[in-house]
Amino acid sequence: MTDLPHSPEQPVVAVETSRWKTFLKSDIVWSYRHSPVTIVASIVALLLILMAVFAPLLAPYNPFNPATLNLMDGFTPPNSSSFSGKYFALGTDSQGRDMLSTIMYGSRVSLFVGFMATLFAMVMGVGLGLVSGYVGGVVDAIIMRVADVQLSFPAILIALLIFGVARGIIPPNQQEGAAVWVLIVAIGLANWAQFARTVRGATMVERQKDYVSAARLLGVNPIIILLRHVLPNVLGPVLVIGTISLALAIIEEATLSYLGVGVPPTQPSLGTLIRIGQQFMFSGEWWIILFPAITLILLALSVNLLGDWLRDALNPKLR
Amino acid sequence: MTEPVLSIKDLVVEFPFRDDVFRAVNGVSFDIMPGEVVGVVGESGAGKSMTGSAVIGLIERPGHIAGGEIRLKGERIDNLPEEAKAKLRGKRIGMVFQDPLTSLNPLYTVGEQLVETIRTHLPLNEAQARQKAIDLLTEAGIPKAAERIDSYPHQFSGGMRQRVVIALAIAAEPELIIADEPTSALDVSVQAQIIKVLKKLCSSHGAAVMLITHDMGVIAQTADRMVVMHHGKVVETGTVGDIIRRPREAYTIKLIQSIPTILRQEHAATPAEAANDDGAYVQVKNLVRDFEIGKGSFTKLLPGKTEIFRAVNDVSFSISKGETFGLVGESGSGKSTCAKMIVGLLRPTSGQIIVDGHDIWAGGKGHQERRKRVQMIFQDPYASLNPRWRVADIIAEPMRTLGIARNRSEVDDRVAELLRRVRLDPSVMRKFPHEFSGGQRQRIAIARALSSQPEFIVCDEPTSALDVSVQAQVLDLMSELQSEFGLTYLLISHNLAVVRQMSNAVGVLHNGVLVEKGPTDAIFDNPQADYTRMLLDAVPDISKVA
Repeated sequence: MTDLPHSPEQPVVAVETSRWKTFLKSDIVWSYRHSPVTIVASIVALLLILMAVFAPLLAPYNPFNPATLNLMDGFTPPNSSSFSGKYFALGTDSQGRDMLSTIMYGSRVSLFVGFMATLFAMVMGVGLGLVSGYVGGVVDAIIMRVADVQLSFPAILIALLIFGVARGIIPPNQQEGAAVWVLIVAIGLANWAQFARTVRGATMVERQKDYVSAARLLGVNPIIILLRHVLPNVLGPVLVIGTISLALAIIEEATLSYLGVGVPPTQPSLGTLIRIGQQFMFSGEWWIILFPAITLILLALSVNLLGDWLRDALNPKLR
Repeated sequence: MTEPVLSIKDLVVEFPFRDDVFRAVNGVSFDIMPGEVVGVVGESGAGKSMTGSAVIGLIERPGHIAGGEIRLKGERIDNLPEEAKAKLRGKRIGMVFQDPLTSLNPLYTVGEQLVETIRTHLPLNEAQARQKAIDLLTEAGIPKAAERIDSYPHQFSGGMRQRVVIALAIAAEPELIIADEPTSALDVSVQAQIIKVLKKLCSSHGAAVMLITHDMGVIAQTADRMVVMHHGKVVETGTVGDIIRRPREAYTIKLIQSIPTILRQEHAATPAEAANDDGAYVQVKNLVRDFEIGKGSFTKLLPGKTEIFRAVNDVSFSISKGETFGLVGESGSGKSTCAKMIVGLLRPTSGQIIVDGHDIWAGGKGHQERRKRVQMIFQDPYASLNPRWRVADIIAEPMRTLGIARNRSEVDDRVAELLRRVRLDPSVMRKFPHEFSGGQRQRIAIARALSSQPEFIVCDEPTSALDVSVQAQVLDLMSELQSEFGLTYLLISHNLAVVRQMSNAVGVLHNGVLVEKGPTDAIFDNPQADYTRMLLDAVPDISKVA
């Protein structure tokens, strides 16, 4: 008879499909499986992250235990036995520390600072962006002008500035321990504006939608509306910027450490290792700078490629 | 027998997907004779626009014609190379699209665009082409065409712009014009004029027209023959009069029955008593709303005069309990602004809104009383449900917020009950909105509105985003719920037929002023205000079949 859609006589029956199966069929999985670059990037990133996280279990030596170091092992080239008969796959530095182990521990510091700084920037940026986009008016104007000023300075300059100020405030005997946290705050503060701008734009679009009106006319608290209604709908772009700015934060941390204002040499990050390595670059000990640099490039590049892919996969217009 | 201008035979248009092929057009055949207006009608997804795109060779990739043939004056055009197809467009096939804003280039004057089109296709020099452009614009009903030819598209109103587009389509004297929803973006009063212009120009230039629309009323007044499409197939073909009066196929019968007409009487319930306004359940008194225009948040701080636009100007009406008041108006008439003030989303500049004896804008108490009693159903069911929430949470939000039900099982029971009330299976409460069709989403939105146990529901264009057959179901549901719960409705719509079918009393808004109000039958059968009369004359309606 009639085949009009959605006749009331035939109620819609929910078909329970497995969550996992739906996920495997989704567009995002499809686009992942059809992008070889992304697959390689994700494997590289995963390996590097696992290597960093499990460094204490995986590393052949503990480079920070002076008892195991032998100065005579210094400057051992890669893939050769040292003076004391130990094997170092990637060679050693001037103090006889195993490069492979140092890099594993160094990635740990780099990733930790990168993740925390991005998280800090994300929480701050998303929060301010939500308020700015939802409240509008003068509040919006002030927050956005601050972001504009912030964006007109290079991020590294702002990080340097904040780092310098923190140096002046924190007493010298606590500076070593606080260095990592100062670095996180400095990089985070330098990157929040990106998040704030994007979230503000998305929030202004969502605010106009009727589901927000429906909540408003019920008298739902604006903070609840922002957190429960608007936030989930603006998270897509946040995820993309978050991934890309993770790569940025890792590079910024390396730059700061390379400049000598980052983490101290007692707990070196990849940037610190590169700074140490460049002293020996022209005297033939190339491995001390090369391997940390390659690790940094692989890490930043693979995370960045993942971010690019995520942006394309979440944007139906580019498909 | 003369040769048809356009002949479509067994046309198939396919869109390949990852693991599936979607047939948007599935074996469509029909002919268009010279000088004939053929209406192609169908609901969204019927494949009517895709058929039009196939004829002009503008199917977006990865879609493609997978079978059948298209002939223009006997000559096969579907397999021509791209350059040859491009030559056909404009020269032999003219096009009019839905949105006159995007079909004109905003950076060129209307004259430049016309002259360019004319000179591309006809051997005329600059001056001759310009003269022809002026003639065309005059024919299309643009006053003072010689002066306005050097204006830019944004300097014309929507209706005037669509006239320009029609002039542009007819400029090269094509044999066929394809008009895809040419009036859907326009107001009713403008719509009628555009239909007339399109019809007049095409007959005076001898062009056949393929008129694609979802609006049976437009076809009834314009077309000679019509093709009814459904799911990519032709359901029925015949003269307009035959199909509307004597539809043969079950689908067509159902489609025509579900179209409300401004003449239909069966729903017109008891005329609203001329009750004294003080006893009415909802009273709107001298409502005014002003908007300041042209100032940003920073410039606002600077001194200087702000310009004021009065969107709603001294509107008063009242609604008795259990009745429906229809508020009718074209775009910009202030009807949605009224709705926002009544549901508490926008503060009135002056005036009072009293619901069940409480002034809803009088302090916190007023707000509280309003939240308990007033709810709203929105126009776009795609934007009114949060896409990240499950149906159960969407429907439960009002009762949770107002503290009607708190513990989990009680909320679930109520949500299930509400879903049954709107004729959905309670098991759908675990799903997300995107898993539903437009009509089903609107049912979910209605269930949410009912969740706070309101007495008064403001419905802002509740069915204008839906297909006619779905519209009929949603309207029926609304009527049933009204009698079940004794609800009072304020129905806001630009669709006069829907208002006639649903309301006990009607108000007509024009430029923020309520020009007329009264019982539905009185307004529709014996309109007093000029504007109301004009509006009723202008509505394309299937009862007005030529």
